[in-house]
Amino acid sequence: MPDQLLFAMEVALNGLMAGVMYALVALGFVLIFKASGIFNYAQGVMALFAAMTVVGIQKGQVPFAHLINAIFGTHIHYFGWNVPALGAILLTVIVMGLFAWVVNKLVLKHLVNQEPIILFMATIGLAYFLEGVADLMWGADIKKLDVGLPQGINGYIDETTFNLFGYGFFIDNLDITASVIAAILVTALVLFSQYTKQGRALRAVADDHQAALSVGISLNFIWVLVWTIAGCVALVAGMMWGAKSGVQFSLSLIALKALPVLMLGGFTSIPGAIVGGLIIGVGEQLFEFAIGAPYLGGATQNWFAYVLALLFLVFRPQGLFGEKIIERV
Amino acid sequence: MKDMTEGYTTPDGRQIGGVMMEMKNITLRFGGVVAIKDISFDIREGEIRAIIGPNGAGKSSMLNVISGFYHPQEGEVWFHGKKRPTMRPYQVARQGIARTFQNIALFEGMSVLDNIMTGRLNYMKSTILDQALWWGKAEREETENRAKVEEIIDFLEIQSIRKTPVGRLPYGLKKRVELGRALAAQPKLLLLDEPMAGMNVEEKEDMSRFILDVNDEFGMTIALIEHDMGVVMDLSDRVVVMDYGKKIGDGTPDEVRSNQAVIDAYLGVSHD
Repeated sequence: MPDQLLFAMEVALNGLMAGVMYALVALGFVLIFKASGIFNYAQGVMALFAAMTVVGIQKGQVPFAHLINAIFGTHIHYFGWNVPALGAILLTVIVMGLFAWVVNKLVLKHLVNQEPIILFMATIGLAYFLEGVADLMWGADIKKLDVGLPQGINGYIDETTFNLFGYGFFIDNLDITASVIAAILVTALVLFSQYTKQGRALRAVADDHQAALSVGISLNFIWVLVWTIAGCVALVAGMMWGAKSGVQFSLSLIALKALPVLMLGGFTSIPGAIVGGLIIGVGEQLFEFAIGAPYLGGATQNWFAYVLALLFLVFRPQGLFGEKIIERV
Repeated sequence: MKDMTEGYTTPDGRQIGGVMMEMKNITLRFGGVVAIKDISFDIREGEIRAIIGPNGAGKSSMLNVISGFYHPQEGEVWFHGKKRPTMRPYQVARQGIARTFQNIALFEGMSVLDNIMTGRLNYMKSTILDQALWWGKAEREETENRAKVEEIIDFLEIQSIRKTPVGRLPYGLKKRVELGRALAAQPKLLLLDEPMAGMNVEEKEDMSRFILDVNDEFGMTIALIEHDMGVVMDLSDRVVVMDYGKKIGDGTPDEVRSNQAVIDAYLGVSHD
């Protein structure tokens, strides 16, 4: 096989892996949008917050240490213990559940039946508030996330492809792990929403609030549940991105990367989020490889996804899998 | 009016039981507007109870009070001999009161089957994990619930549209599916908000038949609101008449028909 083609294949493969990472973020948006029609701007910050919490708990950091020290004149920063990675993750799940409960209690409950734009504004407020809380709770320094996720080039793939084609593919172990975890996550979510009572209730709430109430579904319970699940998805996304590029505030900007994915896949479709993520991941890598780098001076990844999303807005506004908007007259 | 403390027998020979639900001096205000003014009436086991009245009389408000969507400022709701505390609509539903809506509230994106299945949500007790993985109790439970739902689908004669997304159905069928979802909950009390609004004659006849059969075969207590006087008089055992938020009549269809206040409200009265 010619070298160029093999190289392109490797690029595409890496694009797929990057796409999985985008899809992970987009998934959190879809869940909340489906259940409550809210575009949750805070999803990216939730990922950051979750990742910071994992690191903080793992290292035995004292939450709100700066605040406590400033008020009481103490100098405590660490409890002096280390929590195993799995324990820290499970504790973070509980924290995300609590966060969901608080958001519902203090914000969403009071905004029932408001315009989508008002709810959207509320989530913007929430995003910056949570960012502040995360800062105050765990400190603003860049943290290294080390929960034992495999990293580095996968030697087996490198070797096998070298033996087959005479050209070794460089695939990062972390990307492979992310793909496997994403696959498990999506399967679990689909099973949950299609086959469980709570999943059915969730779809019901997504469709019609009044009708859901009339068959005995508690809206509050469903919203807390959905935000908790979205929090867990944010946790996974935050950990994957955090392991890749460190836990820092720019992590919250991955939310912006999820937007074109959502426009492609549709705001209401779980498979759509995955496929959309993959298309954008592969698309931007291949575009850079074939057109961007040789003819346009490179760095096309920064804008390619948005241009693609714009095209979709023009020709297929509901996305690939979104519900078709038909207005009967 | 007859003494009915121990129930009564209808002209067609059905035995009506004791009081199931009692509304005591209900007053409901929206700001300065009084939607319901000091109304009391009861609903008895096994009967078909109608609430009628001209537009804006407060009928739907009354139904919303019963189903917990509105909370009256004054008055008490008694259910099965106990005073009901202020309840959210989903709690009322879990107590065994199911309802339909005047302007149809279905889950448009789901199939007919799934829609009716949501009526069974409170009968599913197995854990999330069991359900997702189709383990243990979950499988038996799902089978039982499906059987019940199929029974209802047969009863309402909608087998042919079981898998159709509800959004694609015509109006009359949607109304029927909504009734199906309410029936699936096997409620003690079924509330129907204008079940025949916007229907043609044939659809109205079908719906009347279903309502009578639900009452007869399942022994279900029904409270309904309806505009069509003819239909109401044929269907119901007892009728409450409302006008401008006040109760102006209560009794059997015959009693109500000959009530002067009711005649005035419906036909108008000259104010000279």
